[in-house]
This record gives sequence, structure tokens and C-alpha cells, in this order.
Amino acid sequence: MQGLAFTVVAPYWDLLLIGAWWTAVLTVSAGALSFVGGILFAVIVLYAPNIVAYPVRACMWVFMGTPLLLQLFLIYFGLVQIGIDIPALAAGIVGLGLHFAVYNADIIRAGIVAVDVGQTEGARSIGFGKWQTLRHVVIPQAIRNTAPPIGGNLIALLKESSIVSVIGIAELVHSAQLAISETFRPFEFYITAAALYYILNLVLEAALRLFERHVEASR
Amino acid sequence: MQRVFPFFVEAASVTIEITVLALILGLAAASLAAAAKMSRSAILRTIGTLYVSLFRGTPCLIQLFVLYFGGPQIGINLEPFTAGVIGLGLNIGAYMAESIRGALVAVDRGQTEAARTIGFSRFQTLRKVVLPQAARLMIRPLGVNTVALLKGSALVSTISVVELTYTAQRFIGSTYKPFEIFGVAALLYMIMVYAVARVVDLLDKRFAII
Repeated sequence: MQGLAFTVVAPYWDLLLIGAWWTAVLTVSAGALSFVGGILFAVIVLYAPNIVAYPVRACMWVFMGTPLLLQLFLIYFGLVQIGIDIPALAAGIVGLGLHFAVYNADIIRAGIVAVDVGQTEGARSIGFGKWQTLRHVVIPQAIRNTAPPIGGNLIALLKESSIVSVIGIAELVHSAQLAISETFRPFEFYITAAALYYILNLVLEAALRLFERHVEASR
Repeated sequence: MQRVFPFFVEAASVTIEITVLALILGLAAASLAAAAKMSRSAILRTIGTLYVSLFRGTPCLIQLFVLYFGGPQIGINLEPFTAGVIGLGLNIGAYMAESIRGALVAVDRGQTEAARTIGFSRFQTLRKVVLPQAARLMIRPLGVNTVALLKGSALVSTISVVELTYTAQRFIGSTYKPFEIFGVAALLYMIMVYAVARVVDLLDKRFAII
């Protein structure tokens, strides 16, 4: 047992901050993918012909029923086997993005169903096409009503993004591991990494609150 | 594939074991934390709030790493399995505390006021009036937490607990068939998740008001 000394962290501070920056980049890019993918999946499940909707629903079921870690392994190591070789960073963003897209799709689907049928009837009666109605009337309202749980998923994504360190993406956990391999001080570095995640979390929560207030005000 | 399948069943049973143990620990931690957050003592409230906030505000993976890799530095030497159970349990406990508190808060205030008016003590009110009504409101959210725990248990493969994900990784080294191996592991996870979801459904029906 050695004493704790958080001073060992100081020389590696830049490394940790770069890691935190990449965690933020991962969260934003995978978050954007999960948002767009969520809308897409929700629309497919609700409106596409069964021949498309059923396979998509089955895929969603697989994504919801298995661990993210396994999905990342499958995308990163499994796709190579069938000839698709994608870089780790892309695999991480796609894996995280798809995983959370499925959860978002579930929420957005419920949101679309909950939009008053009068909105659709109104839009159709003033001459909007089916697609236009969906695009300009129904989906915007569904998104606005489901903003809080989608934000909750983004917060979960921030924390889950730590998992992509296992396929070698240089984010915050990876930075900490690098520093530990030189200093043999896991406790100090993992606690520091945890603190950085906590701060990122607070920032994201504050940003989401601001955004939600903005959405509320625009009603 | 037939050759490795028995190992997978064995590994899946470790995943179940670790999930059940972490669930028990998590429920205990969650009950204490929920009680602390709702107590009259400011110190207990602070402790409860800190626990929930810190464990929900940082990744489970980091919590496992602090416990397993960092533990020896502060004199805590744990086997991977034990560290996995404690780490997963404390993590899910923070989420479950919010599920429990949410259900308790959701019971109409009038129920508490009425019970107090007819002379029930604070504890009697909780025990005989609020908890029975809150219990059924907890089933769904706690079920969601349990499914998250089951899937999250894959994380303990990173601290070398020989469970389903770890076993799958190991067989990829020897077979070079990641698609099939991870596919079988995924299938086993889905079966387990489905089983938990069914149990939650049954409990929910069993305790439904109508």
C-alpha cells in the first residue's frame, strides 16, 4: 500500500484534457447520429411497409437486448470478418450512435403517436402531402414533446462513451490508462477521470436545461 | 460451435450470478439511499444526495476501475468477481434509489396526511400506507434498472471476470470467428433480457390495482 498523491496527475493534465475533449467530440457526433437515426427508425417502424419495418424492428430489438460492449466488438471485430474494415473511431461513433438511436426511436415513436390526430387532418386539409405533414407538422411537435427523455439519453451516452476505450479509441479513459501505464497510479488517475466526467456531465445537463427552456419558450 | 457452446452456457450462468448478487446489493443500497434522501436529518440527506449524484454522474466503467485497479492503493484488495459485484451493485443502486424515491413521492400527499391525522406515526404511515401503494409503482422502473444491470454486467469483462462477454472475447482469439461467437453471446443476452422482462410483466400484472 502506497500513499495517495494527486500531484502525480499534474504532468499528465494536458493528456487528460485532450482525452476529455475527444470524449466530448464522441458524445456530440454519436449524439447527432442517435438523434437523426432515432427519427429515421421511428418513421420506418410506423410508416414503412412491413417488409422494411419488420427487419428494422428486429434489429432494434437486438440492439436493446444486448450490451453495448458486445455491439462495439461486433461492429469493430465482426465486420472485418465479412470484409468491412472500419477505423476504431468510426466504429465507436457508429456503435454508440446506433445503440442510442434505438432508444431514441422508441421515445420518438411514442411522441409521434401522441401528436393530436387533428394536426394531421388540419395539415392534410390545407393540401399538405403525407410526407410534408410528417416532416413539417407531426415530427417537429413530437420532438418538442420528447425533448427531456432524448436529453436523458444524451447524458447516458456521455457516460457510456467510456466503453469505446476498449476498442482503442483515444478518449478520456484511454488517456487515464496511458498515464497509469507510466506512473502505476490507477487510483489518482481514475478518480481524476471520474471528476472530469462529472464536470462534462454537469455542463451537458446545464446545456440541456437551457435548450429545454428555449423549446418551452418557442411554443 | 458445438465445441464451445458448453463454455457459453457456463459463462452465461456467471453473468446471471453476478447480476443477481449485484441486484441484491443494489436494492439494499438504493433503499438506504432513498431513505437517507427523504430523512429529516440534513447530514443523511447530504450523504444520500452525494451518493446518488456521484454514482449517476460518472461512468460505471470508471467506478469499476477505481475499485479494482485503484483499490489496492488504499488497502482494498478484491477478487475480480467481488469487485464486479460491488461496483455494479453500487452503480445500479444509485439509479434504483431514484426509482424508489420517485414511486414514494408519486403516492398522493393526502394519503400521508390522512394517516397522520388518524394517529399513525411517521413510520407506521410509511409502512402501512405509503409503501404498499408505492410498491406497485416501483416495479416497472426497477425492472428497467435490472435490465440495464444485466446488460451492464458485460463491463466486468474489462476487469477480467470470466463471464459471457469475456468468454466470447477469449474464443475469438482461438477461432477467429467474431461474427458467430459474438452472435451466440448476443443471443444468450437477449434470452436473459427477455426472461427478466417477462418476470417484470408478470409482477406488474400480479400487483396491478385493477
